[in-house]
Amino acid sequence: MSKTKSAMLVGVGGQGTILISKILTSGLLKAGYDVKQSEVHGMAQRGGSVSTQVRWGEKVYGPVIGKGEADILVAFEQMEAVRYADFLKPDGVCIVNRYRQDSIATAAELETYPEGCLEAMEAAFNTIIVDASDIANELGNPRCMNVVLFGAMCDRLGVDVDWEAVVAETVPQKALELNIKAFRAGKEAAAK
Amino acid sequence: MKHLLSGNEAIARGAYEAGIKVASAYPGTPSTEILENIVQYKDNIYCEWAPNEKVATEVAYGAAVAGTRSICAMKHVGLNVAADPLFTAGYMGTNAGYVIVTADDPSMHSSQNEQDNRYYAKAAKVALVEPSDSQECKDFVKIACEISEQFDTPVLFRTTTRINHSKTLVEFGEREEREMVPYERRVRKYVCTPANAYRTHPIVEDRLAALEEYANTCPINKVEMKGTKIGVITASVAYQYAKEVFPEDTSFLKLGLTYPLPMKLIADFASKVEKLYVIEELEPFMEDQIKAAGIECIGKELTGKLYELNTQLLRDRIFGTTPDTREVTVKPASRPAVLCPGCPHRGFFYTLSKNKNFVVTGDIGCYTLGAAAPLSAIDMVVCMGAGFSAGMGMSKAFEVEGKTEKKVFGVLGDSTFFHSGMTGAAEIIWNKGKMIPCILDNRITGMTGHQENPGSGYTLMGEKVPEIVIEKILEAYGYENIIIVDPQDLTAMQKAVDDALASTVPAAIIARRPCLLLKRANIERSTCTVDTDKCIGCKQCLKVGCPAVAMRDGKAYIDKAQCVGCTVCAQVCPMGAIEKEEK
Repeated sequence: MSKTKSAMLVGVGGQGTILISKILTSGLLKAGYDVKQSEVHGMAQRGGSVSTQVRWGEKVYGPVIGKGEADILVAFEQMEAVRYADFLKPDGVCIVNRYRQDSIATAAELETYPEGCLEAMEAAFNTIIVDASDIANELGNPRCMNVVLFGAMCDRLGVDVDWEAVVAETVPQKALELNIKAFRAGKEAAAK
Repeated sequence: MKHLLSGNEAIARGAYEAGIKVASAYPGTPSTEILENIVQYKDNIYCEWAPNEKVATEVAYGAAVAGTRSICAMKHVGLNVAADPLFTAGYMGTNAGYVIVTADDPSMHSSQNEQDNRYYAKAAKVALVEPSDSQECKDFVKIACEISEQFDTPVLFRTTTRINHSKTLVEFGEREEREMVPYERRVRKYVCTPANAYRTHPIVEDRLAALEEYANTCPINKVEMKGTKIGVITASVAYQYAKEVFPEDTSFLKLGLTYPLPMKLIADFASKVEKLYVIEELEPFMEDQIKAAGIECIGKELTGKLYELNTQLLRDRIFGTTPDTREVTVKPASRPAVLCPGCPHRGFFYTLSKNKNFVVTGDIGCYTLGAAAPLSAIDMVVCMGAGFSAGMGMSKAFEVEGKTEKKVFGVLGDSTFFHSGMTGAAEIIWNKGKMIPCILDNRITGMTGHQENPGSGYTLMGEKVPEIVIEKILEAYGYENIIIVDPQDLTAMQKAVDDALASTVPAAIIARRPCLLLKRANIERSTCTVDTDKCIGCKQCLKVGCPAVAMRDGKAYIDKAQCVGCTVCAQVCPMGAIEKEEK
């Protein structure tokens, strides 16, 4: 039981968490683990907060986890890191994209977008902040932000797999070169 | 080689392997991907979207009675729509295997209630199976077909969101090609006259007794005997959580056939353990039956009836282990679901939101989001079709109470119109309703991810077919003033509302613009930009509820990554400060 590991990918609907969970699960299967992955569809996706959970180990039972049970939390948007922070184990790792996207509530000024999300995460957890959106923009396509983040997280998974090869196999082949650059840039950014 | 499949993908594979040849469904989260995946086997399986769940259930039933294995699928509330055929099919039985998938949604990720559809099996007196992972989703379809044929019963196949949408490993098998079960006319069995039903009811009771006997030994009801201290009876995804949380030496009775419950097996298992738990999500469906049989067990007093379970909740509630979490000092703002930038529904709801005497009865679909702030343009949403008929009741109440200033607009989408809005549209004409029915026709079934409907011009299997034209239906009903409008043109939208209210003959509005995400509509995208010299920071543009529009440093700001250039915000700007950018 204790050997089962859990990763939680959180963000805003449309940010590409699904592709990352696909890369992650492909690599985990390659490494020979039992894998379960869970996500939600439908109403929950329309610009709302989304989460995907991936669990791996010798034998995995539950497809979802509860509070205090994730080994790694990857937030594609900084306020979402805060929202799901209580799912992370106290000694877990958090990887956050330094990127802020208003919700409809903050855009319409019904609520205030909180200041200090990144600092609060740093104060509570082993947190790695990655300028994934900026890096993706520099690479010429803001949409590869998700692969930048995957590059940043892969070394924290403790899984012995050639992740670059997995990325190369999983991403759309017409965007292969861009995604490999994104992957390497993310890996490098997290190593700093 | 094993495949990582969602429960829905696995059910589709299971239908293929079980030799099923007819499949029908109406889309609804979390069930939608079942038929979306069955279509990959269209050379072997006839598959279709039906106009609603009742139709899907009847189509599949007809096929099964004719002698071909069949399956239908729907979300939990869809079974409410299909309850009529379910209950009588439960009496009449079947010829070939007949499987009805109900996808329940504990925690209401994408639903209006948290109903536990296991009770339908009990009420309709049919067999119930519940898979606990994707492998079982696949395997149980075939087993459900076999149970259906062996015991002459429809089989209710109950999943939950975490079964439908979790991916777990699946080993494939071969498709079993099946000969058609010979069809013959059997009036006593398949014509539910009172006299025939009277004779059938005792047969149903005998069948249930036989099913219970079978449940005691059937291979999908399994005892995993470890220790004698703690025993757990469980099913569905709750099994996975319990396996993870209870100590190694816990014994399990893991049930796959959960109605009728195998009472002998349960009594035997209970007698072998000191302490018995029943772990199930939502209602005490198994627990109540087990307790009624005089067997002591612990369940809902600890696990509760609300929402999904998970491992941490079980640890907390059963063993009192509070989770070890770290406090973060910052509190997040809410991030609710919202109409997409460029959504055609935005202009419609913005227009209705401006008049406080308008009462808007909405419906189930993307347009339910018209209720969310800042648009806040819907008064009531109950279920599919009620946008028209509940609106009729409200307008009649305002009429009899003399509240003539209240104007009721009933709102539903194109797919919902065909699903259950047509009867409401007839009701309004027939009973002289003083309300305006509005159809938000975005040319596709939106919320569930773009499934075809009778008005879209295609079938699930990709065939081009004639579109059923909504205005022609309304015209045939007697609507004499049918106003077709592009809701993204706010001036035209306002005029449509004014015209409908002033109409002396029955009026209806069709707000027609394809969903922006519909690929075949090929909608041109651009962006809007704010001239900060002209912007006076009046925040009028925030009232359209677009996630791409916000304020920065006292001026309107448009996020170009999200903006698609629909210009709804520009049309409401009193200063003309927002402009569409030329490409």
